[in-house]
Amino acid sequence: MKNGQFFRPTVSIGLLATVLVALPFVAALGGQAWVRILDFAILYAFLALGLNIVVGLAGLLDLGYIAFYAVGAYTWALLASPHFGLHWPIWAILPLGAGLACFAGVLLGSPTLKLRGDYLAIVTLGFGEIVRIFMNNLNAPINITNGPQGITLIDPVSFGAFKFSGTTQIFGLSLSGPQKYYFLLVALAILVIIVNLRLQNSRIGRAWQAIREDEIAAKAVGINTRNLKLLAFAMGASFGGIAGGIFSAMQGFVSPESFSLIESIMILAMVVLGGMGHIPGVILGAVLLTVLPEVLRYGVGPLQMALFGKMLVDPESLRMLVFGLALVLVMRFKPAGLWPSPERKRELQEAAP
Amino acid sequence: MSEVLLEAKAVAKHFGGVKALRDVSLSIRRGEIYGLIGPNGAGKTTFFNCMTGLYVPDGGGFSFSGTPLVADAPHQAAERGIARTFQNIRLFGNMTALENVMVGRHVRTKAGVLGAMFQNAATRAEEAAIRQRAIDLLHYVRIEDRADDLAKNLSYGDQRRLEIARALATEPQLLCLDEPAAGMNATETAELRELIDGIRRDGTTVLLIEHDVKLVMGLCDRVAVLDYGALVIEDVPAVVQKDQRVIEAYLGA
Repeated sequence: MKNGQFFRPTVSIGLLATVLVALPFVAALGGQAWVRILDFAILYAFLALGLNIVVGLAGLLDLGYIAFYAVGAYTWALLASPHFGLHWPIWAILPLGAGLACFAGVLLGSPTLKLRGDYLAIVTLGFGEIVRIFMNNLNAPINITNGPQGITLIDPVSFGAFKFSGTTQIFGLSLSGPQKYYFLLVALAILVIIVNLRLQNSRIGRAWQAIREDEIAAKAVGINTRNLKLLAFAMGASFGGIAGGIFSAMQGFVSPESFSLIESIMILAMVVLGGMGHIPGVILGAVLLTVLPEVLRYGVGPLQMALFGKMLVDPESLRMLVFGLALVLVMRFKPAGLWPSPERKRELQEAAP
Repeated sequence: MSEVLLEAKAVAKHFGGVKALRDVSLSIRRGEIYGLIGPNGAGKTTFFNCMTGLYVPDGGGFSFSGTPLVADAPHQAAERGIARTFQNIRLFGNMTALENVMVGRHVRTKAGVLGAMFQNAATRAEEAAIRQRAIDLLHYVRIEDRADDLAKNLSYGDQRRLEIARALATEPQLLCLDEPAAGMNATETAELRELIDGIRRDGTTVLLIEHDVKLVMGLCDRVAVLDYGALVIEDVPAVVQKDQRVIEAYLGA
């Protein structure tokens, strides 16, 4: 039963795998910048799927998710850069980053247990900002985070002698840094997809759904809502922490600027736009929201030049304009998201007769 | 049969100046169907909520099969073996009927995150057992053919039955039904009566809050009457029915 549900026929798996493998090489034809954009698309898909555990499965509106990403990123940055002269290996930092983010998740979760909906959103939003401001100001009296300047020269991901930065030759293929990160990120994304899928159809997943539906009834049937909500926060946060660590290593540079409120909102938008609680939808949302703005950025300028012979609108502002319009349109015409789960679609159709 | 399962000792609860419960003491014996009746606003549901941990009583307390019941933790009440339904049905509307009952098994099962992630043999066996038990319970309340429908799409009577099935999934020693016959027609009420009788025969003690006096008098072994938050009488139906105070409470003095 499970097999039929989780794995489509071998053919489509094979096709999907081929596309996933070929993608970075196709993107490289347009320049390494596109491979990097692809990397970020998958990194955001990973983040969005982590947030999906909190928002989609447990129904807790979290607007400060980026804080956990920041915790993971700074953990990596501080422990693998010349800033403190530490160069810990990945197997030590990544779990530590996930653990610290998890701790931050519980820290945020425990005082907000009784809050729901809007109120929870406000508190989590505040939490996200607090973390960012901390990173911004922890350069005095003791310089921990190097403040707004951020931390530079962060070690790339490496397993022993195999480094993810620079170009490597494998089996006669020349793999660039971004291409190597691409494969690492795909592997991580597959991991988080499996976790999402398996949780969704488990005892824990059902309990989360029950809490989302009716918290009082959930308590009455013996669900410890406090522990389960904390679990959701902790799990979502851990994935945020892992994503942060990879981000840090990939960029080689972190600063508080990367963890602003707009980032949290973007990730939430990916989840909501794609289809809350539906894994393919969330991935679609993440990929679209990462790639589309870039396409607009690279496409709009030359297009204007070709059409009007001059720049009428600054591509950067047009990008946000189109982006905002797209969000409004999707929410108006596809309120359940672009690719909602069948159940969610049914719910909304039935709700609006 | 006469062992006390649940004992309420001088339970009091007030909301601001309103005394919803005034030192209510009563005891429910194992294996009986115990009726709790009273006019609207008499404090029946408040009593329920205090017992199942949704409200914290302002005075007194409960003991359940001999040991005190922690007052402020609903999930612990369920764990101890007290299950309830709600006056205004509270199902997980966007989950299927089967899933609703499966959620009821939560408190008697233990697969955690790691089990879910690694899908080890124990977790898979437990999951299969949860599903099987839920299907059995849907058969028990006779709504098995609605198993895959969303709970909110079930008919009113079926929703009541589903809520009972979900409560039974927690393997309660005491099943508390809050006005299960409200809004039901005569046929549905008769079927419900049969169901409750069956639940008792299968070994579960039942506490029944009900407005339908005929149902209560016909079904219950003992009945307690609440009026203005105070216990008026606790006795067998035949005695309660003839009690002058009860008649006054219902008809007005």
